[in-house]
Amino acid sequence: MRNPILAAVIATVGFSTAAFAESHAAMTVGVSWSNFQEERWKTDEAAIKAALEAAGATYVSADAQASASKQLSDVESLIAQGVNALIILGQDTAAVVPAVSAAADAGIPVVAYDRLIEDPRAFYLTFDNVEVGRMQAAAVLAAAPKGNYVMIKGANTDPNADFLRGGQQEVLQAAIDAGDVKIVGEAYTDGWLPANAQRNMEQILTETSNAVDAVVASNDGTAGGVVAALTAQGLQGIPVSGQDGDLAALNRVAAGTQTVSVWKDARELGKNAAEVALALAGGTAIDAIPGAQKFTTPGGNEMNSVFLKPVAITKDNLSVVVDAGWITKEVLCQGVTAGPAPCN
Amino acid sequence: MTQAASKTHSPQTEQKRGFLQTLEIDTRLLGMVGAFLVICLAFQMWTGIRALPEFVLNPFAWLGAGRFLVPQNTFNIAIQTVSVALMAAGMVFVIVTRHIDLSVGSILALCSAVMAVLQTSVLPNAFGLGLEHPLTAPIAVLVGIATGVTVGGFQGWLIGYQKIPSFIVTLGGLLIWSRVAYFVAGGQTVGPLDGTFLMLGGSNGTLGATFSWVIGGVAALAAAYAIWQARRSKERHGFAVKPVWAEATMTGIAVALILGLVWLLNSNLVPAARLKRIFDARGEVMPEGYTQAYGVPISVLILIVVALILTVMAARTRLGRYIFATGGNPDAAELSGINTRLLTVKIFALMGGLCGLSAAIASARLSNHSLDIGTLDELRVIAAAVIGGTALAGGVGTVYGAILGAVIMQSLQSGMAMVGVDAPFQNIVVGFVLVLAVWIDIQYRKRSGVK
Repeated sequence: MRNPILAAVIATVGFSTAAFAESHAAMTVGVSWSNFQEERWKTDEAAIKAALEAAGATYVSADAQASASKQLSDVESLIAQGVNALIILGQDTAAVVPAVSAAADAGIPVVAYDRLIEDPRAFYLTFDNVEVGRMQAAAVLAAAPKGNYVMIKGANTDPNADFLRGGQQEVLQAAIDAGDVKIVGEAYTDGWLPANAQRNMEQILTETSNAVDAVVASNDGTAGGVVAALTAQGLQGIPVSGQDGDLAALNRVAAGTQTVSVWKDARELGKNAAEVALALAGGTAIDAIPGAQKFTTPGGNEMNSVFLKPVAITKDNLSVVVDAGWITKEVLCQGVTAGPAPCN
Repeated sequence: MTQAASKTHSPQTEQKRGFLQTLEIDTRLLGMVGAFLVICLAFQMWTGIRALPEFVLNPFAWLGAGRFLVPQNTFNIAIQTVSVALMAAGMVFVIVTRHIDLSVGSILALCSAVMAVLQTSVLPNAFGLGLEHPLTAPIAVLVGIATGVTVGGFQGWLIGYQKIPSFIVTLGGLLIWSRVAYFVAGGQTVGPLDGTFLMLGGSNGTLGATFSWVIGGVAALAAAYAIWQARRSKERHGFAVKPVWAEATMTGIAVALILGLVWLLNSNLVPAARLKRIFDARGEVMPEGYTQAYGVPISVLILIVVALILTVMAARTRLGRYIFATGGNPDAAELSGINTRLLTVKIFALMGGLCGLSAAIASARLSNHSLDIGTLDELRVIAAAVIGGTALAGGVGTVYGAILGAVIMQSLQSGMAMVGVDAPFQNIVVGFVLVLAVWIDIQYRKRSGVK
């Protein structure tokens, strides 16, 4: 491990690929992706593939192309192919439950990957999203302790959007109570699409006559839309948060138009998902996965889950992502001169 | 394929019109069935090659090891196709009368939202009928279909009476109804839905082995009777009839197809874990070695019944003849006294009603109303109708062709998903197939002299 933080994550989750290398030959793990149009899932896919190959297992996948119906068909098709375990990135947290039922009926374990699935038969693996929300708000609050805040939330079909918002509120509450921070605008972003975030931000800027001092955006895609809207009004440079460590977002952090990108190393998530899937397929009980804890969902289900810890990337620790091989210095520093390290 | 078909195509078969068409061997249908079989066998071999531990140069081993034509996958494809196939059946009449309906996916979303909200909040709160009340599901389905008929009929009125082109009206509808659905659902996934309602979804509602055989047997008898009856009717009116051996072969094929489908669906066993869950829920213990087959899903039965009704309507009723007459030549139809404006309203209302029925099946399958339901369905539905031989120039199209078109599309998608073709590439293939199917159809018509 090149990165001490990542090493710590692995240590807490507590198991290594090597332990599984022998017993999982000839296993097949099926992954149902919700939508491959987002940059980051390719990284997850590579990590899952690599971890499966290291364990001698086979990777098969299907892309639901942002349709809950297609995802159900995809999962049925993966089950018909005879996979031993499923990793599902749910398009719709409730409408994917029939797919989990079908898998449970066929005796196939399911890992809910990154997004919650409201079904206790699935194992929930994600980063701690409430913590991500806290980190986003904390970084923005540090940069703008007082002023008018705008909250650009995620898609309202994705429970993560509300977890994030909850974490953000926890951090901001004291400043709001003290009258330092005032939330002047708040909007969900349909489908997490940058274009929708941009439109919402433009509306809010118009409504408030540009009286906005900071924006807490829930991911880097929406942050991109927000920064575009701010730039159009000449407001670029006010604190904006994000998450995912998108390459474009990290470049914005280097350029100073975005304050923070909370980075959830997708490669760790992918690797852990592959290992959990293989462990479950190998007969490990769902509550015996190392590091598993009980988590009560908004829908009232008690799920077994593992939460990985994210890292907040700001201008002060940009070198972390370069050192981890996540982004090259050239991409990070494109168009940035005399920026923070390593772009100087 | 088309060349060979055109040689066997005699002028006599051209003159025959009516219910017979569905039972007579129609060369175009034969071509489509051939293409479908090629697709099935190709995927069976491809999945077989993937399933075998090491590569062997033996096509029979590939076929044997394949995972595509197993009962489980046949069952999957059947329940996955129903929603699009139902709408494609209605789309045939829309396209035959030289219109288009781009709003079907959005109407489906609206009907689904209405049914879901009705079940989860309106009926329990306003009428005290909660989930699992016996009246909930029937009321929801009826209101859903009524919503579709109303919306479709309204669009039909704009097209027929106000003379706004159908492309524009339904393009507007595409944008409008999906957003209305969003507001009806309160911007949220709505669920879970009523247990009886969920039976429409496919694997939650099947007839079971015994009842499936009964239905299959009755259908086989009915098909045989219909063929025999048609022959007698032709003899009575002095038309030439086929030799007895040809009729017998046709009957044999029809009976074999029906019973074969039932047999395939009956071979798909309910997974043991699911059976155990059902027994546990009833507080009983599952007997050792107990198995149970799924049988024919209710949704598939609904599709077959709707297809039969629409086929009879197209061939045997005044409405059906008016539709095809108007499609062939709208001016002549109007001059000969057909109320083409009212006809347009009726066709779009029918289309809307089918969207409502389809919405019930699609949302029951997901056991929720999801916000993205129906997205891009209009394209799948139009593609299915067109692959099934419906001519965009109007006047030509069959319900069974459209349904076969939907099955072909779903098989392609499902098969490509199984062999791991990337999603963007799947769309490329489906796009090519769509254009190719229409090109083959045009070539066929040109060579055989069909309009």
